[in-house]
Amino acid sequence: MSESIPMNAGHLAQALAAPIARKRSRWHLLRTQGVLVALVLLIIFGATRYDNFLGAYNVLSLLRYNSMFGLIAVGMAFVIMTGGIDLSVGTTAALASVISALLSPRGVVLPLAAGVGAGALIGMINGLIITRLKILPFIVTLCTFLAAHGLALLFAGNQSVSVSWDSGFTEIGQGDFLGFPIPAWMGALAFIAGGLLLNFSAFGRTVLAIGGNEEAARLMGLPVDRVKFLTYLMSGALAGLAGVILASQFGAGQPNEGNGWELFAIAAVVVGGTRLTGGEGSIGSTLSGVLLLGLIFNILNFENGKGVISLSAYWQSVIRGVFLLIVVLLQARLAQKEHEAGG
Amino acid sequence: MNSQASAPLLEMRDITKAFSGVAALKNARLTIGRAEVHALIGQNGAGKSTLIKILTGAYKRDGGEIRFAGQAIDFSTPLQAQRGGISTIYQELNLIPLRSVAENIFLGREPRRLGLIDWPAMYRQAEALLAKLGIGADVRLPLHLCNTATQQMVAIARAVSQHAQLVIMDEPTSSLDEQEVETLFRVIRQLKADGVSVIFVSHRLDELYAVCDRVTVMRDGQTVAEKAMSDMDKLQLVTTMLGRELASTVARAASDSAAPETARQATLQLDHLKSGLRVNEASFAVHPGEIVGLAGLLGAGRTETARCVFGANKVDGGQMKLKGQSVSWQSPADAIAHGVAYLSEDRKIEGIIPEMSVAENLTLVLLPKLVKLGVVNRQAQQEIVQKFISRLQIKTSGPQQKIRELSGGNQQKVLLARWLCSKIDLLMLDEPTRGIDVGAKAEILNLIRELADDGLAVLMIASELEELTAYAQRVVVLRDGYSVRELQGGEISETNIMAAMANAGRATAEEGVQ
Amino acid sequence: MTLTLKTPGPRSLPKWAKVPSGALLGLVLLLLFNLCFTDHFLSLQTLNINMTQVSTIVIVAVGMTMVIATGGIDLSVGSLMAISGALAPLIFGARTGLLAIPAIGMIVAIVLPILAASVGGVLNGTLVARFRIQPIVATLILFIAGRGVAQVLTNGNLQTFSHAGFRWLGLGKVLGIPFQVLLMLAIVLVAAWVMRSTLFGRYILATGGNERAARLAGIPVQRVKLAVYVICGALSGLAGLLVIAINSSADANLIGLGIELDAIAAVAVGGTLLTGGRARIVGTLVGALIIQLVRYTLLAHGVPDAAALVVKAGIILVAVYLQKREN
Repeated sequence: MSESIPMNAGHLAQALAAPIARKRSRWHLLRTQGVLVALVLLIIFGATRYDNFLGAYNVLSLLRYNSMFGLIAVGMAFVIMTGGIDLSVGTTAALASVISALLSPRGVVLPLAAGVGAGALIGMINGLIITRLKILPFIVTLCTFLAAHGLALLFAGNQSVSVSWDSGFTEIGQGDFLGFPIPAWMGALAFIAGGLLLNFSAFGRTVLAIGGNEEAARLMGLPVDRVKFLTYLMSGALAGLAGVILASQFGAGQPNEGNGWELFAIAAVVVGGTRLTGGEGSIGSTLSGVLLLGLIFNILNFENGKGVISLSAYWQSVIRGVFLLIVVLLQARLAQKEHEAGG
Repeated sequence: MNSQASAPLLEMRDITKAFSGVAALKNARLTIGRAEVHALIGQNGAGKSTLIKILTGAYKRDGGEIRFAGQAIDFSTPLQAQRGGISTIYQELNLIPLRSVAENIFLGREPRRLGLIDWPAMYRQAEALLAKLGIGADVRLPLHLCNTATQQMVAIARAVSQHAQLVIMDEPTSSLDEQEVETLFRVIRQLKADGVSVIFVSHRLDELYAVCDRVTVMRDGQTVAEKAMSDMDKLQLVTTMLGRELASTVARAASDSAAPETARQATLQLDHLKSGLRVNEASFAVHPGEIVGLAGLLGAGRTETARCVFGANKVDGGQMKLKGQSVSWQSPADAIAHGVAYLSEDRKIEGIIPEMSVAENLTLVLLPKLVKLGVVNRQAQQEIVQKFISRLQIKTSGPQQKIRELSGGNQQKVLLARWLCSKIDLLMLDEPTRGIDVGAKAEILNLIRELADDGLAVLMIASELEELTAYAQRVVVLRDGYSVRELQGGEISETNIMAAMANAGRATAEEGVQ
Repeated sequence: MTLTLKTPGPRSLPKWAKVPSGALLGLVLLLLFNLCFTDHFLSLQTLNINMTQVSTIVIVAVGMTMVIATGGIDLSVGSLMAISGALAPLIFGARTGLLAIPAIGMIVAIVLPILAASVGGVLNGTLVARFRIQPIVATLILFIAGRGVAQVLTNGNLQTFSHAGFRWLGLGKVLGIPFQVLLMLAIVLVAAWVMRSTLFGRYILATGGNERAARLAGIPVQRVKLAVYVICGALSGLAGLLVIAINSSADANLIGLGIELDAIAAVAVGGTLLTGGRARIVGTLVGALIIQLVRYTLLAHGVPDAAALVVKAGIILVAVYLQKREN
């Protein structure tokens, strides 16, 4: 029992909760819904400026391509909400793409299961090492990032692996269902299931509790280690699925693809307003984050197509970085305000 | 079970516990009746935390027996204790700040419908639970936006909803304002009316009398008193806690106490200093060449006052003068630059840099002065380190030994030397002898006296009254953040200090400082 | 009270030169294995190849060691290398005004890119020290945007050049030793000296060892943190220049790609605490050598480069785990 308790605890005690709440909700709204507003504005901008922007072809291919990132972002969001991080998703996807491409002559189910399974396996290794050996998630997933890349290159023999075109495997990435790309269906399903899981299951609430205060979560009797393990498993499996879609969509298993996807996913999750230190987040906003980052690239293409200005594709990573910077600064400012208020 | 109805709810008997050979509890005892609010008090290191941790399964006991609700129990984790009906409300609340009030109550046991969480039901039930405790709060609000009192209520509501029979509150009022304390007391009385027992750990004596039925006093790992609250007055409580007899303490000979050096300019002068909830109105002075003792119960604001002077805590009001100059600090670096030193009570967290050597730890503050063009003059460093190692008789295998390998007393000496080797005018020591063996204790205290004799102004926070009576020229007593009494010369006696701490006898709040 | 025996420990290496015994053993075993089983291992050429390949990693890893010693991390080193590497050819390709004078052009082409990378370090350091953003995230921003900037500068094109002075940076030799190896050794020695002998070095370790205690001892914790990120940025900038000098071409897409992992691995294997408070600059050099030798050994025996990645992952994990157990 120490005499020195945090001194500012008292300031909060003196302040009434309500005014802070009102003030906070404005910030909160900006943080969680700001990305949605930006997304809508960007869509309006695109729709008024370019023909065909809202055309079926553009919308569908946008969804088809970005669903891979969407899947990864869902898994990443859960991991980040526990206060962890998963840097291995990109190369895990590459590994899954190679494995599924190698197995693609055997139909649809086997390569799909093998790809997802490989991802899940990497996720399990992450989860086990993090919860059992208590090594920082960042280090562990960095190592599996390397290992998965190495394995992908080994299996693929250092080159991309063509998929079989007559086994039906390519349907996973290129086919449609009810007029909608199959990957988009998968992505939508992942987001809906993720949202339900987060908001309406004990698992989801535990994820947030762990990120909010792991020690307290343990004392409350929540199965901390099991839930953390499961989030990494989930993240790995979703990365595996994204890898299968990659192979199927582009007709090849690509051992060198996926490098940097983890950062795209992290950026999307953060831009979506999820707290990087864990404990708070939303799957819906993560979706907005993914679409927003995807749209930036899309609009750059259109802009170049118009020929007025010529921004190279390389601008996209600069713009993403700037986005991330703005969001991170906003978050830091908010945290500082809460700190000053005594939280 | 029927025969148990009149038996106490909790009986802990002959509890012993040692940490690496050092006894922390020696046949400690704690008995709590049903529907009873029970005060548990004792100095730092008296063993009350250890006793509670053994009860809740955070520590394993070496010996003794615990019976709870008529059964022998042996919890091995706090979680088991919780499920067995014993909940603890910690000082640093063990809740999830970012989650809503309702979630914090129901995490892990959320009401479900069709397998999914039934939010409306959860909010309804949470509201009902809080209403039963007389609290109206927005249960959808994230917890960290509620005030501290409400957060505590949420913790209590969680305990109640888990059918706790015994709720342990560890310094629950330390960060509450008066109104919030009232709310807490109402809830405690409500719990009692519902048949729940409460262990109340606090050092605000008035509060104990306001809400507790019985009290257990611990000292040196033993239970030294178990009485009804009404059978003990405040002074008795303090004397029992500190282990002092009232009349037996002899005032020091007048010759021992040098006349206060009011003629000389005060090194430090505090005037109505205010900071947060802990320091309300601290006014006193420290002169060159004197040791001023700062006394008070836990939570009286002693540490916080010193930290304000050192620039580590924010000052909210009042004036702080250093050698006649009004000062305010941005950071400890400012204070250090003006010759102010502070030795924290928490060596591990705020003192040592564990991976660094004795030499590096010792010269950390002085280092900028040992540098030419950014390069450390290693020879000068070595000389100073050697000088202080021998002067303070620091037992180390050499200056290059890592400080974390030293004993507590020697670590403390290194930290003391860290300040002594640089030029300072005011040395503030926060419990300088805590966790240090007897021999080293006397050494450190004598050293402090030598320093004062050499002209240093010393402010010493100590819970051991004999350290104050033996070494301080003046003693300032803080109570609830107010400096309520200043004793000097022959007045300095354990009786007078305790009376001022307890707000009994001659010392009253109105008296203030002369 | 314990009796202290004056037992002078075995004459050991000075602290700054300490390397985990496991790492040293690993290095020795690798060398022995290669001496026995790898053809032409004991030749100046093999030595030069390995040292040249390792030098950029080591230079970056020295900066990373300092950052990690304060309890931080810098993921942006590769991107900062790309910025500096992309910038240099643009400068000595300009050939206008004063830049047309070869000496001035060369100096500006060296100084400006390093400065640019240092500015990146300022951004990292400000985010970490001033805004208290976790280092992983703070440096992630430049990890993403930095390479983008480099690509935008060059439009993603490969820039080839022939510039005698610059070529020498990459391929020149002094007394038969490649210049960049000497540069690397100089940087290692200076950094080890800084950590050991200067106020700044002590402050880095104190900040990483116990930030609260350091603050209470009057150490300017925020400035120390800012400084290490700037140094790390500057060293990354220098490493970027070396890479393009070796190739006589700059490809913003590839300069420094993935080097943050190699650097972190070298630091971890070398015995620097990833949680801060202990730095082993020489250990970092040994760590980098181990990782380089593993790759070389595998390659020389026909094991594909890809397998080296898996092995590298294993080495980092084991090193970190051992470090954790030791504490």
